[in-house]
Parts: sequence; C-alpha cells; structure tokens
Amino acid sequence: MSYLTDRKRAVGNGAGSEGTHHHWKMMVSSICLVVLVPFFVFTFGAGLGGTYEDVQAYFSSPFVALVMALGLIVGLRHFKMEIDEAVEDYVHGLAQKLTLIAVNAATYVLMAVGLFALLKLAL
Amino acid sequence: MVQFTLPKNSRITAGKTWPKPDGATNIRKFQIYRWNPDNGETPRVDTYFLDMDKCGPMVLDALIKIKNEIDPTLTFRRSCREGICGSCAMNIDGINTLACIYGLDEVKGDVKIYPLPHMPVVKDLIPDLTHFYAQHASIMPWLETKTNKPAKEWRQSIEDRKKLDGLYECVMCASCSTSCPSYWWNGDRYLGPAALLHAYRWIIDSRDEATGERLDELEDPFKLYRCHTIMNCAKTCPKGLNPAKAIAHIKQMMVERTV
Repeated sequence: MSYLTDRKRAVGNGAGSEGTHHHWKMMVSSICLVVLVPFFVFTFGAGLGGTYEDVQAYFSSPFVALVMALGLIVGLRHFKMEIDEAVEDYVHGLAQKLTLIAVNAATYVLMAVGLFALLKLAL
Repeated sequence: MVQFTLPKNSRITAGKTWPKPDGATNIRKFQIYRWNPDNGETPRVDTYFLDMDKCGPMVLDALIKIKNEIDPTLTFRRSCREGICGSCAMNIDGINTLACIYGLDEVKGDVKIYPLPHMPVVKDLIPDLTHFYAQHASIMPWLETKTNKPAKEWRQSIEDRKKLDGLYECVMCASCSTSCPSYWWNGDRYLGPAALLHAYRWIIDSRDEATGERLDELEDPFKLYRCHTIMNCAKTCPKGLNPAKAIAHIKQMMVERTV
C-alpha cells in the first residue's frame, strides 16, 4: 500500500497520447467489411462443391482471388484489433501483454497461411 | 484478470426478516442489502414489510419509513428528495437510479435494493465514491480561459448556450458509471461516462479556451477509448441524459483534429 492522494490515483501516469488512430482504423475497416463480407461470402460460397480442377479454375479468376485476399487481410486485421480491445478489457498485468503478443502472432500466421493457400490455388 | 465471482468476504447471506406490520392489508416486501464494516460479518439481505397505505410513493419514502419506524441502523445517503443532489443513487430492482424519484409503482413484485454495483461499500447502501469524484476533478470541471478577463462577463450566444443542454443537468449520482461494464473492469483508468459527459460539457463550452488541452488529456486508450458504446449509461441515467452521445462527440472531435 502506498499513500497516494485520490487525485494522483485518478490521473495515474497521464494520457497515453494515442487511441484516436486505432479508433479511426476500426471505423474504416468496419466500413470496408460492410462491403467486403457479402462479396466474400457469396464469392467463396459459389466456389464450393466442385472438383479440385473446378475450384482451382474458379480461384484463379482475378476478381475472386482479389476478393478472397482482401477479405483475409482486412477481416483478420479487424479481428486482431477487436480481440486486442477485449484482451485489454478483461486481462490485466503480464498476462495481458503475453495474450496480446499471442493474438498478434496467431492473426499474422492465419493471414500468411490463408494467403499462401490462395496463391497456390490462384497461380 | 477480471473477477467474475465475488470474493469470500463479499458473498451475500440471508439476513434478518422483520415482522409484518399489525393489521395492515396492503403489505409490500422489501429486500435490502446490509453490510456493517464494524462487525466483521459478510453482507446480508434483510427483509422488511411495509404497510403501503401509510407509506409515500417513492422508494426513498419507504427507506426513510423503514429507518424511522423499523430499523434505525439502516444506512443510506439522501438529501434533496427531488432528484437534484444525486445522493440517494442505488440499485433498485436491478436498475441504478435515484431512490427519491423512482416510484414504488415502477417496481414489479418485491422491492430489491442494493448499493451501486462494483464500488467499495462504506456501509449498507452507501458506496465509496472517492475515486469517482477524483476522476471528475481530473477533467478540470471549470471554465479555463487565457484571454484577459472581460470587464463585465464572458459572453455566450443563445445557440452556443443551447449546446450545453443535456450536459449541465448531470447531478454526479454515479448511476451511469457504475452501470458501465467497461468502468467495472477498468474503472481505475477509464474515466467513465459521468466524468466524460462533464469533460464534453467543458470542451463544447464556447467560452472555454482549453479545448486542445482537454482533448490532449483524454487522448488515451483507457481514459476515453474504453467506451464501447454499450449504452447502459444512457439507459440508466435517472435524469434522462445520454453520456454515450457525449462520448461519441468527443471521439468525433478527436478524429477531426487527427485525420
């Protein structure tokens, strides 16, 4: 226990001088996803059910490949930012830092795996 | 990690049931949270019965009647009894509100009364609002000017004055902040809806000359951006204010000066 004044406890270390950039990025990616998600779902859905050759041919179309790639990149970046918020809300201390690192790593691994699979199909 | 269960010494046990009033036909049951820091016991819920034919219409009337006629140890804050001082904020029937302006007819069934949630309890229905008040003080709730003081007064147009409507009416009862999950989990760093509503009241004041400094002080992932627009604050505010809207306006101003 330390004898801090109420005001010092309330102010803490002061303002971190960031937050707005993250907020703006969330807003922009949300708007992008409003457009992208229907494209992603319908494009991905239309490619299901064929033979390997059919699917490969379908995903080699530039439009389909670009929608898939954008969906993966924008969707996973938005997902990461949302999960970061949730982790900061509910997990504190060292566990918070470790969880944030794990979320970052998992997101970029998922993105890399997704893009690699897409490239294999598309090219 | 946040705590999803109460610590052992905060778990609520069944309390005392007081006798029903003699000869009464219109009886209502009240279940009220009790905790005394001096006796070392865990919190309990006491049950009281009131003759509603001899009781005023508001929840505060019932509490005062219980204190005066049944149990003088029941402890709660109250002052103005008309929704101006904000003293009697408590959780009634699951809603944070002011006991003095919350009608007993608005409660279905038994009346359950607890202190404001997720705050340290001083005694019975009295929460410790020290940190809440310190957070309010930290947003500099006063007019900041740099221009030399005018001879007569700081002038403000009718239109600019109107921008303060829906903000200045806040009585700092803490109903909103204590209903906010973000404030529950991160109240040490997140300012909460009440302090942010007051911050916006001074940011938007046309006479104030510290707008930039005020926004600088709020530019923080926790102080401001822990608000996830859950809207509990607007739903519970006993004065009908909308702190979430004020917070959204602050975020909008932040974006406008950054992007």
